[in-house]
Formats: sequence, structure tokens, C-alpha cells
Amino acid sequence: MTVPATKKDFMIVNMGPHHPSMHGVLRLIVTLDGEDVIDCEPILGYLHRGMEKIAENRTIIQYLPYVTRWDYLATMFTEAITVNAPEQLENVQVPKRASYIRVIMLELSRIASHLLWLGPFMADIGAQTPFFYIFRERELIYDLFEAATGMRMMHNYFRIGGVAADLPYGWIDKCLDFCDYFLTGIVEYQKLITRNPIFLERVEGVGIIGGEEAINWGLSGPMLRASGIQWDLRKIDNYECYNEFDWEVQWQKEGDSLARYLVRIGEMRESIKIIQQALEGIPGGPYENLEVRRFDRAKNSEWNDFEYRFISKKPSPNFELSKQELYVRVEAPKGELGIYLIGDNSVFPWRWKIRPPGFINLQILPQLVKRMKLADIMTILGSIDIIMGEVDR
Amino acid sequence: MNLIEFPLVDKIITNSVISTTLNDLSNWSRLSSLWSLLYGTSCCFIKFASLIGSQFNFDRYGLVPRSSPRQADLILTAGTITMKMAPSLVRLYEQMAEPKYVIVMGACTITGGMFNNDSYSTIHGVDKLIPVDVYLPGCPPKPEAVIDAITKLRKKISQEIFEDRTVS
Repeated sequence: MTVPATKKDFMIVNMGPHHPSMHGVLRLIVTLDGEDVIDCEPILGYLHRGMEKIAENRTIIQYLPYVTRWDYLATMFTEAITVNAPEQLENVQVPKRASYIRVIMLELSRIASHLLWLGPFMADIGAQTPFFYIFRERELIYDLFEAATGMRMMHNYFRIGGVAADLPYGWIDKCLDFCDYFLTGIVEYQKLITRNPIFLERVEGVGIIGGEEAINWGLSGPMLRASGIQWDLRKIDNYECYNEFDWEVQWQKEGDSLARYLVRIGEMRESIKIIQQALEGIPGGPYENLEVRRFDRAKNSEWNDFEYRFISKKPSPNFELSKQELYVRVEAPKGELGIYLIGDNSVFPWRWKIRPPGFINLQILPQLVKRMKLADIMTILGSIDIIMGEVDR
Repeated sequence: MNLIEFPLVDKIITNSVISTTLNDLSNWSRLSSLWSLLYGTSCCFIKFASLIGSQFNFDRYGLVPRSSPRQADLILTAGTITMKMAPSLVRLYEQMAEPKYVIVMGACTITGGMFNNDSYSTIHGVDKLIPVDVYLPGCPPKPEAVIDAITKLRKKISQEIFEDRTVS
């Protein structure tokens, strides 16, 4: 029995929750016509753990360990926004040194996140070597984090009004050494990847998003900046002390996957610049211990002044959130991470809505993979840079 | 049957013959090349992936991460299992070929971890779904701890008796 050559059915393929790439548990149902993709439907929810519901029963300090599990590659950002929300709600000031330490940690976390984006992205395209290179650099960042915060990944380091503990003795020198080493590392990646003809063939012109389109879909982060729009919340909102450093917004015009790759590599370089400037300009002297918890209240010393006050406020769950609502955002490496907080005059928030960058950026995937080949799906998905912990929450 | 002196065979033929039992040989061959499934749902997976990297190289234990469950004989459940993911995990476990081992990694998979209270969709422990050989606590466990779990699993395998597997 022969099937006439003109009769074709579309084939529906399931790229199930378990797949060889390292993006996490995302299920794609792809409708194919031979090698061309007709439609793609992402199915989420395989990692939905109820983070927003859990937040309604935890004080901020109790909730801090949960937030690093949203975006587990760039953990400092989730912690930063969790303390920024109550800080802005109640107008708590942060001393200068704590602000500098936060910026250093955030930028290190940004580098770590972009590195671990790069590895699986290249592995999906077929190049296995960068995967080993990034883990080598990421181990160095982990060592720095472990020296300062005690944990390699899930730090629980930020507190309302500052950070939990000061940097240990000698950390700053080690961090400067890391910055010098890492700049040579980026040069190595440039030599290996950026001018590689196979890489360019696979990535150039794939998944093009126009500038208007990017704004309409609500994209943020490197996806937006690769389409020609110079929108970086660090320059626009001027939070922490980013306006004291000299750095530039990385952006490209084309809007394809190559542009997104170049934006992220450029951001890593800019982060190193920011870290170096912050390390050199950190106030208070590098070895000063800020962990003053016990004041002698009888004596009226300068230690009761503002600069030493809210540092390392140990958890007694008395930080009350007043009955207001507020939206806070940071420029996470994947995009704009936001929290919409509705307080309720109690220690627990009434509503803790998370705006995850990965979830919003993932919406554009079905649009981008239409008319592409099957092999381009992984390239496009990789260049969107999602992490299922925050997409599903 | 356990003599104190070395058996005669070892004294005569010194370097070219190893005498062992079939049981020990099969245990040794299985524990030296445990191929693990490249499986991970959330944060513990990053720790598992850093084991593949060059600092905590776990290829020296014979572990090679494979993507297909048909080619793997160890599954390290890394990452929270939710109710939506549970059928998928059980199916992966069933698709693995005997003999297969399970190391349960991280607090989320042992008892539900930090999602034990208040979370409506997390499964409180993967041992409700599949039989477990080694429990590895941590949130996430350090890569050295994962290697310790693999070492304990190897010790467990080395004490297995061949007939238990085939008869049951």
C-alpha cells in the first residue's frame, strides 16, 4: 500500500520533561513538518512548589532561604530583592559599606549566572568544552562566596538594612586576583567561540526579535538589549550605588541569538569593571568589622550612630510590614526580577507576587521557533536563558 | 573456608592471575562503572553538574552521565519532585535496566525539605515513589558529600550477593 506523496500529516513530537539539555524540567510539544517547526507549545509546572503561598506564612528573615531556590544560578539577586522590598516599604536606609558589599556580591553572582548560561548553551549547540571551562571559573566564584557567606550556593547573606556579616580578612585581595584572572578567561572564550565559523553558522540569524516586538512582549534583560533597546535597570533606577561607578550598558542591534550571546559576554566584562571599582573604593577600610550587635546603651558613643545601626540585625521576627503595596525590581542577569509586595500590618506579607524574568521571556518561544528547523529550537531556548526554578516558582 | 595463609595459587603464579569469586567479580564490575542518569529538576542539579566539571571530576569513579535511562544504572534524584513530575520520575526509573541503584540527593527528595510545610504540590520524599539505596542529606549537598554518597553506594554494591538479585 503506497501513501500518495502529496498527503502529509504533521508530526507531533514531545520533548519531555527529561531531556539531555540542562535547562530543567520544561516540556515542549513540537509540531513538525519534516524538519521545519510549525508550532511549539511549552508546558510548565513541573517544578511548581508554591513559593508565593509559602511567603504568606513566613517573616522576611524566615523566607530568605526560600528565595535562593527561585533562580539558583544568580542567588544574590533573589536575596537582594527580598530585602529591598521591605526596605523600600519601610524606608530603611542601608549604610555605604553594606551597599558596596552588596554590589560586589551581585556582580559576582551575575558573572556566575552568565557563565552557567554559557556552558549549557554551548553544550546544546554541540560544543562540550566550554562547559568544563565555565565550571572551572565558577568554582573560583563559589570559593569566594563560601569564604564570605558560608555556603557555596544558597547564601542567606542579605539582611534588611545590610548584609549578615562583613567580608573576611583578605577577601578583597582574593577577589581582585579573581578579576584579573577572569579577564584572561573571557579572552579565551572569545578566541574559542566568538569567531568560530561553526558557532556562527548555528547562531547568526536565528531567533530574531525586533525592538518593537521585544517591548510588546514585555521582555527584559539581555533579550531586550540585544534588540537595540538600551534599557538597563541599574542605570535607570539607580538602586544600591551603581551610579558611583563608571560602566556602560551592553547592547547590540541585530536581535538574533548571536547578539544575545555578545550582550552577555559584554556584561560579564562590565561586571568585572564594576567589581574592581567597588573593591578599590570600598569605604570604611577593608578590614573593619561591622558586626556590632551588642551596644552598651548607657554610654552614648558613636557606635549608636546611623552608620553602625542596622548592620547584622539578628532575626527576631519583629519587622512589621505596614499596610502598603509596592513594586520593587532589580536587573537580574536574566531580566527584570520584581516583587509586588502587599503588607498587612503584621510580620507576614499579605501577598508576595514574584515577577520572574524567565517566565515572561519564555512567552516568546513559540513565536520564535515557527519556520525554524528542529535543531534551532535548542539554540533559541538556550539563548532565552531560562531557569525553571523561577519560571515555575 | 577462610584460610590464614595465602592460597597456593597466589604463591606460584604471582603477577598474572587474580583469584576471586564470580560474585565479587560481578560486584566489582558494576560498582566501578556506575553510569548515572543526567537527571535533575532544580538546584541540586547544579551541584551534580559541577561534579562533571574538572574540579570534582567524577569520571574517576567511573561515572559517566548518560541522558537515556536505558543506558544508565544509577539515578541521583537531584531536585524537588512535585506531583506533576512524579509520574515522569517513576517512568524513568522503570525504564532503567536492572541492576539499578538510586541515590536520593538533597533534603527536598529525602523528606520534602524546606517545602515540607505549606507547599501544596511537593512530594514529601521520593521514597514514596521508588526504592532508595542511599540517602544524601544537604541543601544542596557539597560535591564532596555527593562523592561520599557514591563511595558508600559502592561499598553497598560490593557486599551484594548475586542470588538475591536473580531470585527475588
